[in-house]
Amino acid sequence: MLRLVSVAILLAVWTLGTFLLGPRQLPSPAAVATTMAAEAASGALFSNLAITLARVAAAFTLAMAAGTALGIAMGRSRTTDGLLDLPLIVLLNLPALVIVVLAYIWAGLTETAAIAAVAINKFPNTAVTVREGTRALDAGLDEMARVYRFDRMKRLQHLILPQLAPFIAAAARSGLSLVWKIVLVVELLGRPNGVGFEIGTAFQLFDVARILAYALSFVAVIVAIEYLLVQPLERRVTRWRPRIA
Amino acid sequence: MRAANGSAIDVLRDFRLSLQAGRLAALLGPSGCGKTTFLKCIAGLDTDYDGHIALPQAARLAFVFQEPRLLPWRTVEENIRLAAPDAGAKDIDQLLETLHLSGHRRHFPGELSLGLARRVSLARAFAVKPDLLLLDEPFVSLDATLAGEMRAELKSLLARQPVTALLVTHDVAEAAELADKVCLLSPRPAGIIAEFDIARPREHRSVADAADIAADIAARMAGPPSRA
Repeated sequence: MLRLVSVAILLAVWTLGTFLLGPRQLPSPAAVATTMAAEAASGALFSNLAITLARVAAAFTLAMAAGTALGIAMGRSRTTDGLLDLPLIVLLNLPALVIVVLAYIWAGLTETAAIAAVAINKFPNTAVTVREGTRALDAGLDEMARVYRFDRMKRLQHLILPQLAPFIAAAARSGLSLVWKIVLVVELLGRPNGVGFEIGTAFQLFDVARILAYALSFVAVIVAIEYLLVQPLERRVTRWRPRIA
Repeated sequence: MRAANGSAIDVLRDFRLSLQAGRLAALLGPSGCGKTTFLKCIAGLDTDYDGHIALPQAARLAFVFQEPRLLPWRTVEENIRLAAPDAGAKDIDQLLETLHLSGHRRHFPGELSLGLARRVSLARAFAVKPDLLLLDEPFVSLDATLAGEMRAELKSLLARQPVTALLVTHDVAEAAELADKVCLLSPRPAGIIAEFDIARPREHRSVADAADIAADIAARMAGPPSRA
């Protein structure tokens, strides 16, 4: 109910904005909807969304896997942490654009370069969050697992990952939004398709309706992923936690 | 042992103890005298010590910690099965029955009271069929009635599944009720002041017997053959 109210307020403010700025600067919701429908009818909207989504998925998976592994390693070993802490901070603070441009220069305007650039932008973030989680691992449970001879797999699955789950979930949530923002930049700079490329073209034509049509479609997809995938998964992973009454 | 700052500290000194198979020895001493440290050394959780610990080849250990130390994200039954993958369904059923946990199999530890969580920790220890069972103040900070119930349950577990066990406690009554052998420890650095067997088997000890034994232990703790 509250969500519907917030959508209604957003549309009202938007319409007011169109009235104030003029339809060229800010097309009305109806105009954007018409453009969206036209792009959808030609099939371009769906193919571009699918391509961008595939890039997001690939870069996200890569970044989460590498970041989690590195975070655990750095949280468990002081040597690894000392060795990699500075490079991690550098990477964490390097502007996304620098990484993207360098990746394209060194690896060419390829799909690999695009996805790697996005993953490299995201994974330090995951590593830092997961490292915090690893440092907070329960020493008592670790002793329990040693006494009862848990092997490596059992330790990872039943002891370590469940404790890291909230940290990984936090990294995933912030990661998804970061990754899709950078994927658009990568597409704009060096890919011949995808939402970012379309927005780049529309920018050259000052076609604000098309920019908004693509942006909002993609936001809709991300919101759907959040409500249909991320949140149910989170509830499942934390079902053991006693609920606060 | 090493302190947090790295300096060596004597927690235990000239400490000798041998255990007879299938019997329960109680280590009785003041808090902070190094009893838990001793158990950790035996369990291999603490390796920074000088001394020698001989265990049977490939001995299976079970440790009941002061806190239940259950995996909060796994159910009661999963917690037991993870520690004891070879345990038969029947054995687990019986353990849960004895410890009044049958109705809690699918509950998560966060849904249990401390007494119940302690029982799960006990069930887990017995489920591995250990060669050596280490009990670190397993009933501490429970109210007297509950601690009494749990001692009775531990007795019936031991009657059915005799196991070599080492019980660390500062509670004289607990030792008197459960032990086959008692070792009295001095404050840190801990050494053994006295070591003696309790003749009457655990199953046949009445409340009055236990009280007599407790009085005897207390007398030995106070009575100084060689202590100031």
